[in-house]
Amino acid sequence: MAVTTKVVQRPDPGRTSYLRAALKGMSLTLRHMVNPKTVTQQYPEEQTELSPRWRGTHRMEVHSDGRPKCVACGLCPTVCPANCIRLVGGEDDQGNRYPIVYEIDEFRCIFCGMCQEVCPVEAIHVGRDFENAEYSRDRFVYDLDRLMEVDHPVALLWDPEDPKSE
Amino acid sequence: MDVLQPISGIPLLVTTSIKIATMFGVVMLTVAYTTLAERRVSAFIQDRLGPNRVGPFGLLQPIADGLKNLVKEEALPDSASRLYFLLGPMMAMVPALVTFAVVPFAAPLPTPWGVVDMIIADVPIGVLYILALSSLGVYGIVIAGWASNNKYAFLGALRASAQMVSYEVALGLSLIVVLMVAGNVTLTEIVWQQQQLDLWYALPLSLGFLLFVTSAFAETNRLPFDMPEAESELITGFHTEYSAMKFSMFFIAEYSHMLTASALMATLFFGGWDLPGTWDDAFWYDGALIKGFDESGVAIAATPAIWKTLLTFGAFAGKTAFFLLLYIWVRWTLPRFRYDQVMQLGWKVLLPTGLAYVMVIASTMLVLDQIGVPYGFTYGLGLTAVSTVCTVAFVFFLDRGRIIRGAAPRKVKPLVESTVT
Repeated sequence: MAVTTKVVQRPDPGRTSYLRAALKGMSLTLRHMVNPKTVTQQYPEEQTELSPRWRGTHRMEVHSDGRPKCVACGLCPTVCPANCIRLVGGEDDQGNRYPIVYEIDEFRCIFCGMCQEVCPVEAIHVGRDFENAEYSRDRFVYDLDRLMEVDHPVALLWDPEDPKSE
Repeated sequence: MDVLQPISGIPLLVTTSIKIATMFGVVMLTVAYTTLAERRVSAFIQDRLGPNRVGPFGLLQPIADGLKNLVKEEALPDSASRLYFLLGPMMAMVPALVTFAVVPFAAPLPTPWGVVDMIIADVPIGVLYILALSSLGVYGIVIAGWASNNKYAFLGALRASAQMVSYEVALGLSLIVVLMVAGNVTLTEIVWQQQQLDLWYALPLSLGFLLFVTSAFAETNRLPFDMPEAESELITGFHTEYSAMKFSMFFIAEYSHMLTASALMATLFFGGWDLPGTWDDAFWYDGALIKGFDESGVAIAATPAIWKTLLTFGAFAGKTAFFLLLYIWVRWTLPRFRYDQVMQLGWKVLLPTGLAYVMVIASTMLVLDQIGVPYGFTYGLGLTAVSTVCTVAFVFFLDRGRIIRGAAPRKVKPLVESTVT
């Protein structure tokens, strides 16, 4: 791509006036000072509407009887580029696989959403939520119980048919 | 008429102590709220809201800041010179506060024990005292910058001293016109002379006012003259190594300097506590409080009253607040000068202009005296006419590319479009 440069001509020294330019600037700032319109968002009270594809804090979907939907197939720890998912699978007497340990380290997570994309049973999701501040670092490793109890909306996957999520 | 005696003895001691305590409190509170105003006004200018969470409209923010700075850890750099490192903030803060002692802030207050002057110390050398002490403030900056043993801090200190030396001259010259017209250096008399002129000096000495404002901005190290701090170049200049309360003291020093300079602008050029009209005029003349002279030159006794004191104090506070706002407003409008521009402005523009202006005003006064115009409104109009011509000449002719411009005038190439592939 061609890069074009434009040389801006300096004004002729005899035609500039610092004082008048300063006064002009001050009238501009005064207009902004008295203008009640602001761009500030009063955050905790006013929330931004998150995009439907926003990828934030994880959430594990549950069955109606409270069991996690996860079948411990091991795809998400495999696909995870940040290696932040720890999964130990087990099998109950009916032969259903379930996760014994399922932990996500939110510090390591890069919120790519590939775990959600790869999940065959739509169990793990990234959520439309970002308010995950904690008082201690070890609270950032989310175990299965915590992943199941959060209830924020989950992210929509990108649909190639509808690339702009309309 | 023994009520109109100046207060003396024990009541004088008591009222002076009360005045000192009150003024100290008021100054500290104003400084605290100026920092809030700075943040909020800057926010408004940039279409933001500013700190509005602590208390209603953020009014408790300065208290929160103060508490935070009190409990923060004080860092003392290993390589710093301990004694001077501690001395710096004190040296910066004290001169900024003591200069307020000679500024009259309201009309005299009548009490059962006599009339109380609304000024802490009416020293006979008024303006000279302010000039001497306000430039002492730079010692704090220089000592702090040197003691920090940090290159940036040292550069800031050097710039501060160079700037202070340059602008002290221009400041003094812009004051000379005021002292010439007022004929005295005490601030009470300068206020009185403005009342006698029926015109505040901002009009008869408009160019002097312009020069004074510019030099005062440089003296207080505020943008566009904040060479010693210059965040983008020197981190924060002289107070780079300071933390917690010591940093806070530099902050208080800067803002009380601003406050003093604003009070001075109000007093020297906007009549101090004076309000339009002669009803509030009061001055000690030959041991009597007078408000003027009648046609035969006989003094008319002044009628001080508590409501007049309160109203004039309001006037003084309002004028000072306006100049504080001007400081903040200018800071968030103008970009910082380059160092050579600062020096050039000080030595090549303000100094000669100030000198020439002193000559012009002196000759005008001589002419007015020779043709027998008495000191009064007509006298003021004569000065106003001459000063307006000077100011217009300064703004419209001298300012054509000469005040602030690039380091070296360069040949401007015609507009070209080059293509790089």
